Amino acid sequence: MGTQTEKVVREYARRFPRGVLLMAALAFGFQAWTADTPQAATPETPQPGGELVFAVGAEPPSFDGHRETTFAMIHPVAPHYSLLLKFDADNYPKIVGDLAESWTVSRDGLTFTFKIRDGVKFHDGSLLTARDIKATYDKIVAPPAGVVSVRKASYAAVDRVEAPDARTVVFRLKWPEASMLANLASPWNFIYKADILAKDPRWYEKNILGTGPFKFVEYVSGSHWVGKRHEDYFVKGRPYLDGYRALFIRDTAARLAAVRGGRALVEFRGDSPAARDDLVRALGDKVVVQESTWICALTLVINAEKKPFDDPRVRRALTVAVDRWEASRVLSKIAFLKGVGGLLRPGSEYAMPEAELTKLAGFGKNIEASRTEARRLLREAGVPDGFKFTFKNRDVAMPYQPMGIYLIDQWRKVGLNVTQIVQETGPYTADLRAGNYETNQDFACDFMDEPDLQLFKYLSSDKSPANYGRYKDPTLDDLYLKQARATDPAERKKLVWAFERRVLDEMAYQWPTLWWQRIIPQWAKLKGWKITPSHYLNQDLRDVWLAKE
Amino acid sequence: MRRFILTRFLVMIPTLLGVALLVFLLLRVVPGDIVQLKYAGEGAFVPKETLDLERARLGLDKPLWRQFVDWMWGMVRFDFGLSMWTGRPIRTEIALRLQLSLQLAIMATVIASLLAIPLGTLAAVKQDTWVDHLVRIFSIAGLATPSFWLGILMILSLLILFGWIPPMTFTPVWVDPWANLSQLIWPALAVGYRYSAMATRMTRSAVLEVLREDYVRTARAKGLWEPLVIARHALRNALLPVTAVIGLEFAFLIGGLVVTEQVFNLNGIGMLFVEAISRRDYTMTQALVLLVGVTFIAVNFVLDLLYAILDPRVRHR
Repeated sequence: MGTQTEKVVREYARRFPRGVLLMAALAFGFQAWTADTPQAATPETPQPGGELVFAVGAEPPSFDGHRETTFAMIHPVAPHYSLLLKFDADNYPKIVGDLAESWTVSRDGLTFTFKIRDGVKFHDGSLLTARDIKATYDKIVAPPAGVVSVRKASYAAVDRVEAPDARTVVFRLKWPEASMLANLASPWNFIYKADILAKDPRWYEKNILGTGPFKFVEYVSGSHWVGKRHEDYFVKGRPYLDGYRALFIRDTAARLAAVRGGRALVEFRGDSPAARDDLVRALGDKVVVQESTWICALTLVINAEKKPFDDPRVRRALTVAVDRWEASRVLSKIAFLKGVGGLLRPGSEYAMPEAELTKLAGFGKNIEASRTEARRLLREAGVPDGFKFTFKNRDVAMPYQPMGIYLIDQWRKVGLNVTQIVQETGPYTADLRAGNYETNQDFACDFMDEPDLQLFKYLSSDKSPANYGRYKDPTLDDLYLKQARATDPAERKKLVWAFERRVLDEMAYQWPTLWWQRIIPQWAKLKGWKITPSHYLNQDLRDVWLAKE
Repeated sequence: MRRFILTRFLVMIPTLLGVALLVFLLLRVVPGDIVQLKYAGEGAFVPKETLDLERARLGLDKPLWRQFVDWMWGMVRFDFGLSMWTGRPIRTEIALRLQLSLQLAIMATVIASLLAIPLGTLAAVKQDTWVDHLVRIFSIAGLATPSFWLGILMILSLLILFGWIPPMTFTPVWVDPWANLSQLIWPALAVGYRYSAMATRMTRSAVLEVLREDYVRTARAKGLWEPLVIARHALRNALLPVTAVIGLEFAFLIGGLVVTEQVFNLNGIGMLFVEAISRRDYTMTQALVLLVGVTFIAVNFVLDLLYAILDPRVRHR
């Protein structure tokens, strides 16, 4: 049994020590979990058939993965499409081929050559060729006029994409880029049909045609999305399901009720600890829980253009005053917040180990010493006791508000007087972008652990549209470029950590407060789905099946 | 009568124009725009050029007067345009949800009327007896209980007692009446109860007032059978203000059941309204406000006509 599973079972054993639940968690939960992992001693035989019904908390603005940024698009739409490469959910962050059968990378790191699977069919019966992959990536990397490609910056290193024959695709780069392979496994990069793109590059915004495990059946706006099994799917015997149905349920309580009442078997984004406990208590052995750290973090953004926050000592005092370890202990009980970490997800390949992390401002474990230090810094910077400032927060209860309250209380303990302004998403975003704030709670979510993605937010504001801290720091920009082009992992790690020290410790520009914890309670009869650290990954439902009751 | 109808009809035009102008301007005053919300919802890093491109595509780069004129010109041709969020025709999006909202409003109105008219009449006839007290407690409880809260109680009770909740997707009544009923009966009861409470109190006071009229006394003095006095002379005349309350509430139900729709996950006009506003989907919000405006004005128009039919004094005034 994996350590993560042990932890989950132990936690439930602690919370609900008697009765049916413990037996259920140990017996059924263990069985269900291990069935999906390579360590399983007696793997269950997948049973074909059935329709998976799951809940989605929002609706897709369009169906085009290349232009959208929300899970609300990925969850219902991903089962219709294939990718060139994908992350292996069972062995994350390992990358495996999806449409690519194999690939090679040239010694100079400038040429990626992919061999494409033979006989892959689109849902209309036509054959997929390398031309379709080239057309798809041309649209992502260099979209035609009027077409939005939100992640094209991630492919700035791509010089051109070639399709020398029907089964070969070649990516030629301008410079070697460490994250290129991972970027080609992006869950957003659905492979489209070249002929359709040639006629109308925006056709995919409102239509579906892919080579994925499920064909499109129906979308009823505000209600549901339906897919059915693609009989000619290129992996023999998959998918197991006859189809799936995504129910759009915006209200959290209604979503929870839907799962509890069996109208939906799961919600794939993530639930709160309270929702998890409620479902476990109500459904007992009918439900199992998967948990993982999440590549999402809440961050505290400080406006470096406003006094006294232009003084690094003041910013440093703000971070030093916050006891993140206590925050993790307290808030993980009521919100999906848990991990204490730097700019990279705790435990991921390039993340700082705890021993290094605790040396940084705000990550120490002696909070009394930290508070004394914070007071000293404020005094030195000429900030009077009881200094008032505003903290803008989003009107989304989970997880923004618990963390907001925690921060205010922590700052109060070093003599700061904070007024929280809770805003609806519209004005909140507008103020964040316009710099109309002193401090603000922001967040960041990514589809993979990759320094290029996670550090991008912290570059100088003229280099990164995602940096709302309004500072410019050529040292950081230089470190970023160096780590992005470093092909030796050890060398890259050093550069990433130097970047982190600069952002979090020396300049204390802005910083993560806590990393999120992904919690998925699901009906035990739903099998073959494995949680990953990102809610954007592993949503093609290819390996999912339903156990007969 | 023809002049009466024409006057009422002509008054509708400036009212609607005023509503249109007001909603158009108010939406532009609220901070945050649809493009930012679309691309910043999950903290994605979208460059400014992309945002500008999208704004231009949606016509948000045009001057305000031009945007208003374009919208009005579309309205004149009954062209609601496209939703800025989904890009789909607004007419389709509304039609999809109107069916559910209309059915729910009708069901709630029927439930409310079936409860309110007999109970209100009974309470008036049995004034100050235990029957009256019971009806008054029932109606005050209805007024004091928000329908969404009652809805939550219903869902929780169904979940705890039967491990069952109503279906989450709408099935038209002609496709599967049972599935349709098992989804909509619960919100209809929750909304209908509150709605009936108002109407019950209105019926009671109207009947009480009428019961003191000379013509009722005359009917009784003639020795008319009491139920006939109540039904033919008292209730018929008392129904005028009750009809007005029921009618206006019906108009409200078309777009006003926001929280109840959320609780039962109903794909109705109320939810569409909230989503459109929170997404800053200008075109959709404008269309919905106009729709609700038209509904209210139309219901008022019909009520005016009904008044005129029921009470000859109104049309001769």
